[in-house]
Amino acid sequence: MGRLFILKLTYNIQGGDFTHAGHPSSEVKKVLKQLDIDGKTIKNIVIALYEAEVNVVAHAWKGIVSVEIEENKITIWVTDEGPGIADIELAMQAGYSTASKEVREMGFGAGMGLPNMKKNTDELQIESEVGKGTKVKMVNYFS
Amino acid sequence: MKVSEIVEKLKLKVYSGQKGLDREISGGYVSDLLSDVMGNAREGEVWITLQVHQNVMAIASLKDLAAVILVNSLEPQENTVRHSNDENIPVLGTSMSTFEIAGKLYKLFN
Repeated sequence: MGRLFILKLTYNIQGGDFTHAGHPSSEVKKVLKQLDIDGKTIKNIVIALYEAEVNVVAHAWKGIVSVEIEENKITIWVTDEGPGIADIELAMQAGYSTASKEVREMGFGAGMGLPNMKKNTDELQIESEVGKGTKVKMVNYFS
Repeated sequence: MKVSEIVEKLKLKVYSGQKGLDREISGGYVSDLLSDVMGNAREGEVWITLQVHQNVMAIASLKDLAAVILVNSLEPQENTVRHSNDENIPVLGTSMSTFEIAGKLYKLFN
């Protein structure tokens, strides 16, 4: 057994700011490497967090990433102020996207983000209110 | 095989990230959809794409890719070059199409 620890990290995301997309993911990746978390788990977390970040940048006005790392798991909340998701079940379907033409031209908005998040997390919860925003909670357990 | 070897064998242009030319390559991945690369590319692969903006480098770095090859004589944007140099992940270029360069790279690995 390793020692008990809790580490909390917070990052801001600005809607539309593609230049900084990936910054929180990159920071979290560094921290997890320092904590000697296994490579496969880090890869999963990085994929899921990056997709969640891009969703905020592509769709919302602003958002916050809050990360809590405990001895056996990492919990990430990505909370945004934005248009919200009207039909979460539909949004979860691979290939479904409401991204703009500009966002699609950059190679985003292929409708793969939420499915990637689902595939790479142990737990994924999405709560959303149209016109207000979306709250995503992702949990990954360390093996 | 190192990045520098494919640069030589496929006559690729090196735009940036020269310090990463001795990175070891494990294979290749071809896609212009960023979530596809994020979800499916593997560590050490060379990514062939026509996307030239800096999010390409964010993904290359997060996924620990060996290098990026831009096709059809496309050139990286300025902040892509900067990010590539910071991360030591080379951005390479070719006048070949995706089909041609992917075929040639595949042949080098098989």
